Formats: sequence, C-alpha cells, structure tokens
Amino acid sequence: MSTFWSIWISVIVLGTIFGCWWLLFATRKSQTTDTETEKTMGHSFDGIEEYDNPLPKWWFYLFVATCIFGLVYLALYPGLGNWQGLLGWTQEKQWEQEVQQAEARYGEIYAQYGSTPIPELSQNGDAMEMGQRLFANNCSVCHGSAGRGSVGFPNLTDDAWLYGGDPDTILETLHNGRQGNMPAKGTMPNMTADQVDQVVNYVLSFSNRAQDEQAAEAGAEVYAQACVACHGADGTGNQALGAPNLTDDSWLYGSTYEWIEETVLYGRQNVMPAQGDRLSDDQIHILAGYVYSLSND
Amino acid sequence: MSSQIPVRQVDPNTDGPSDNKKNKPETVELYASRKKIYVREVKGLFQRIRNVSLTALMGMYFLFVWITVDGDPLIHFDLPAREFHLFTMTFFPQDFFLLAAMLIICAFGLFFITTLFGRVWCGYTCPQTVWTFIFMWVEERIEGSRNKRMKLDRAPNSPEKMARKSAKHAAWLLIALATGVTFVGYFYPIRDLLGDLATLNANGWAYFWVGFFTVATYLNAGWMREQVCLYMCPYARFQSVMFDRNTRIVSYDPNRGEPRGSRKKSADPEELGLGDCIDCGLCVQVCPTGIDIRDGLQYECIGCALCIDACDSVMDKMDYPRGLIRYTTENELEGRPSKLLRPRTFGYGALLMLMIGAVVITIATRVPVELDVIRDRGALFSYNNNGWIENTYTLKINNMAEVPRDFRIELGGIDSARLLRGQEPVQVDPTAQRSVPVVVEVNPEDLSDINTAIIFRIEALDNAEITDETDSRFVGPRPR
Repeated sequence: MSTFWSIWISVIVLGTIFGCWWLLFATRKSQTTDTETEKTMGHSFDGIEEYDNPLPKWWFYLFVATCIFGLVYLALYPGLGNWQGLLGWTQEKQWEQEVQQAEARYGEIYAQYGSTPIPELSQNGDAMEMGQRLFANNCSVCHGSAGRGSVGFPNLTDDAWLYGGDPDTILETLHNGRQGNMPAKGTMPNMTADQVDQVVNYVLSFSNRAQDEQAAEAGAEVYAQACVACHGADGTGNQALGAPNLTDDSWLYGSTYEWIEETVLYGRQNVMPAQGDRLSDDQIHILAGYVYSLSND
Repeated sequence: MSSQIPVRQVDPNTDGPSDNKKNKPETVELYASRKKIYVREVKGLFQRIRNVSLTALMGMYFLFVWITVDGDPLIHFDLPAREFHLFTMTFFPQDFFLLAAMLIICAFGLFFITTLFGRVWCGYTCPQTVWTFIFMWVEERIEGSRNKRMKLDRAPNSPEKMARKSAKHAAWLLIALATGVTFVGYFYPIRDLLGDLATLNANGWAYFWVGFFTVATYLNAGWMREQVCLYMCPYARFQSVMFDRNTRIVSYDPNRGEPRGSRKKSADPEELGLGDCIDCGLCVQVCPTGIDIRDGLQYECIGCALCIDACDSVMDKMDYPRGLIRYTTENELEGRPSKLLRPRTFGYGALLMLMIGAVVITIATRVPVELDVIRDRGALFSYNNNGWIENTYTLKINNMAEVPRDFRIELGGIDSARLLRGQEPVQVDPTAQRSVPVVVEVNPEDLSDINTAIIFRIEALDNAEITDETDSRFVGPRPR
C-alpha cells in the first residue's frame, strides 16, 4: 500500500474513533446519574415534547469501552494502513499455525501405516479409504478421480507404466516427480515430411494399425535412426528413460495417425510434479499403496 | 374484553422519589428497581396438579439422559459428528427442515391450547415456572414461610441469617448444577461426562456449558423469576391476539365479590352490603408475579391458579361457595354461555393436524440413504481403446441408517451406458458417507449432443425400497 493510501485509511479510521469519542463527551451533560429532568429539548410537535436526558450510564460506558477496544485492537493488529500491529499477526502465520496443528493431529493417523510394505498396504481397506481421499485431493485433478488419466496424463489403472509400476518406482515418482521429454523428430532433426509419414506408419505397424504398408516398411530405417535410442529396436520402450512402449494399446497422446504424427513432428514435454515437499513421507507411502492398488486388484 | 378497564391508583407521594430527593422534586429515578416478591405457599387442587406435571416433566428431564438402548443413549445430540439420535432414530443436518416443522407444530399447539385454555403452558409446564416453583419450595423449607422470609430479610446480619441464606443458595446451586450437567448430558453421553468432569478430563467446552447452564438456571429460577415472564418472554405480550371471550382464564368474579370488605365469619354480607370477597389479600400474597388478580386480566398473569387455590381455601373457611376466583371465560363472567368449538379452534386445530400429519408422513417415508454425484472437472471426457467415451464421476453415498448397508449402483438415461468401475456393490458403514469413484463408458453413437443427461441410481441389496437417484451430465465430443 502506498504511503498516501496508508495515511488516508489511518486518518479516516482514527478520525472516526476520536470523533465518536468527542461526540459522546460533548453531548454528555453535567448530570452524572440516571436522573430525569424537567428540561426539554425546547421543541414541541402537536404538544409532544422531548426530554433532554443523558444516556444511561451503562450505555455511555459501553460506547467508551467500544472506542478503547477499537484503539487497542488497532494497536495490536494490522488495521491502520501499513501499520503491522504489535503482535506481528499475519494471515500467513495463522495459516501455517493451523497447518502445523493439522499435521500434529493427523500425522499419527498416517504414521501407523508408514512401515507397512506397499503390496500389503494396498489390501488394507482403512488405509485405502485414506489413500482415496489423498488421491482425490492431490492427484485427481490430472489423473481423474478414478485414476484413469486423460490425454497427456497417464492412466494408473492399467498395466502400462512409463517408469515402472513396482512399489519403489511409484514411491520414487511420487517423491521426486518426473520430467518426460520426447524431442521433435526424435534424434533426427532433419527428418523430411515423407520420412515423418513413413515412421508414423512404422510405429502404427507395431500394433498392426499401419495405414500404408509400404510406407511402414520404409519407416523402419527412419525409426532406426530417429527413435531406436529410446524406444528400442522392438518398440517396447525403456522404463529407465520413461520412453513409452509403442507396441501396446496404451497411448498417452492418442493412437491415431494424426496424434502420432503430431507427436513426431513437435515432440512432447510432460511433467509429473514432485510431491515430496508438499506431502509428508507417510502420506506419500499411503498414496503409493493406493496407486499400486489401482492396477493390482 | 370487559366493558371497563380497571384503573390502578398510583399515588406519586408514596410511590415516587424517596425522602432525600423530595427537596429536588424535579428529578425522579428513571430506573424502577424490582420489588422482591415473597410468595406465600398454598395448597390446593391446582397446586397438586402442578406437582404432578412438575414431577413428570422433571422426571423425564433427569431420567431420559440415562436411558440407553443397545448401549446407545436414547437421546444424544452428537454435535461433532453432526448426528442427532432421538428414540433410536438418527437425524442429520439435512433433516433440519423437520426441526422447523416440529417448531411450527409446537407453535400451533401452543396457539391451539392458548385459545382454548389460556396460559396453561406458562402455569404448569414452562421450564421457567417449573424451576422457579422448585426453587421456591426449597426457599420455603430453608428460610421458612413468607412472613419469616420477610422478617429475615429485614433483620440485621446474624450467624443464623448467614447460615440460612448460604444454605438456600447452596441448595439452589446444587439443583442448578444437576440441571446443567443433565443438559450437557444430552450432548455428551452422561456417564462419560460425569467421569470426565470428575477426573478433569473433559473438554473445556463441557465445563463451560455446564457452568453456563448452572449459572443461568440459578439466576433464572432464583433471582430473575417473574421478570423473565414480564420482561423477556414474548408469549405474554401476544397473548391478547389468541385470547377471546371464550378462552378459559384465571379470573376473579367481580359480580360476586364486589364490593369487597372484611367482615366477621358470622356476619351476613348482604346486611353489610358486601360481596363475597373478604379482601384478605391472600390471592395477592400467593401470586408469583406479584399482581392482584382482582384487577382483571393482565399480561403478567401466568395462569398458575395459585390464587384460585388460596381463595378457595378462604371461601371454605368462610363457608361460602368456592370459585370466587376460578377458571372461567369472559362470556361466563357476563352470564353468557361460552363455546368450546369456534372458528379459531377449528383453524388452529386444522393447521396443527396438517403439520403433524406432514411430519409423520415425512418421517415414515424417509429413505435413509442419499446420493450425490460429482462429475470430474479435470477432464471432460476421454476415449478408451474400444472407441467408447468415458466420463468419471465421484458418487457420495450417505448411509443414514444405524446398520451397514451394501448398495448396488445402476445407470439410466443413456442406453449403452456401462460402468467400468463401480460394478461391485459398495458397503457403507452405519451413519457414514463414502465416496466412490466410478467410470462410465458410452457408445458415441448414443450421444446426439455434447451434453446428455445420465441418471445414477443406488439401491440397497437388502431392501429394494432403500434407494435414491440423482441425475448428472455425460459429456462427449460434438457429434459429426
């Protein structure tokens, strides 16, 4: 907040409080007790007159107390422009405190499963209900509530794994995240349009879906130059690199000619964000159990 | 209303400012302090009726909290779990409209009764009355009769006065504490509560509320008493809209009683030119709100009928017929017959029956399950390997029964819709909610729009009537 607005707000707030204070005392008469006087305000409407009596004491002091409360509050808490308050209270600090309280409270619940082996954990109904809730809150935005993914987000319920579906790899993926990178035109940046058509047909032929058998045959040569380093000679991919298996029915970006052509032409960049600094180790352990259970019923 | 409104004489010289202020006649106190009412104890028919109702109500209040059915309390308002257990039924926040309906029933019931019989609620059942009468009974036992109490209050401090006063307040506080603990016991199972309170293990709020209700009971029944009825209770203020000439009210019969005056029992009132009222003032001394019933119908009158009991006892002593003060109606006082059945009776009666019927039907046909469907927001839809379209939903199944149940999920609205995940029945614990992710696949040929209605239905395996359905949308590609 700029100095001008800071002063603007402070002047209005303090001015109002002291204005009320002045009004209270200025209108208060010399009487100090709750007594009724014969004195009137001096006006009369159809014979109806108004007495000029002070506020009852309790009421008067309530107003005074309200003003004092306001001033004390404004001294302790941030309320006057840029004034930070004597207590140093901020929204962030309060939020952090509440997060800490929640961790202290729920940490134990997660901790009871912290050392259970993941395959065993995936059979535990209570833990999996917890896992389902963790998944719904942290993972379902991309992978879907049912874990079936969508374009660009892997399906976790099938047997196709980019990096591997064993417990340790799932844990590793959750903790540190993954960076998927398929360069445009693979390792052959000078690929021609014809060669793109050929290699796409060759890739389709792995799962017997080639549109043009001739092109597919020609594509084997392009594949050997552009793709084999990561996807392997037989197209089964490489989990160490996160290179997908091209021979199965699982396609992260679609299995049609157009989709694959786009993938070859422009490459793919994908990120699985690391959860290690967002969630506790125990939470990640339970989540790994839940992810494991999705494909290992 | 009666033809004449009785006038109360107010003498400014005796009722006004105290002596030291007489020098300054232009000032008077704005605040009228309460004049303590010393209620004289009286026995009689209506006091006996009240003792019965009071015992029954207090008995229910103090006993129900201890009753358990199969280990669960009969009445338990479980606020942290947001479950309200009443007589083996469980209600949830979404049933709160039933509470509103119950309150409407209570209101109409009160109007109905008031129209017919006046303020019997105030006189016999209102907690303010019930606890006040208990406190007054205790006061009478410890400090003695009305006269003794007045004398004791006027007397200078003495060990005996201190002893009696502290005994009274201790007894009051004890009753108030029992009241407070019992009240909190409806929210916090009483056996746990007593144990936790005694071992200082209870939640801070438990101590707060026990303390709050103890202090409130003590102040209300010990100190505030009739002031609650006179200044705080709205019911007294709108009684006039429910009263008519046929409403039963506690009333003095001025035709019979006036002119009032004292006389010897042997004297013939007719010779003296007097009515039946001997002006003994007992009816005023026994009145818990400190009014004179002979001034006519007043909003202060809570209809407790203590003045009837008092007057009847005097009439018996004088060998006059009872009923100089009695339950009567304005019509009867004026010598006309009073009718029980009249448009108001039917109007309130019909509304009351209607509301009771509506609540009974609602509770009887209440299905203890609820289904909510939340469509995934991350992805609109996806193709699967068959070329069918998938949508993902989260079903929230709320089992409101006290037993675990298995539910089958069914689809409707789209012919080819099939569940890919969620075919197996889902078990939901008693009074618990469970979220179930389900995946629905649909043949794209079935979709004529990007957005099609789909119906989710759940049905309990053990009882086909326990079912609920909710509609949602199925999203697909724009049809070509």
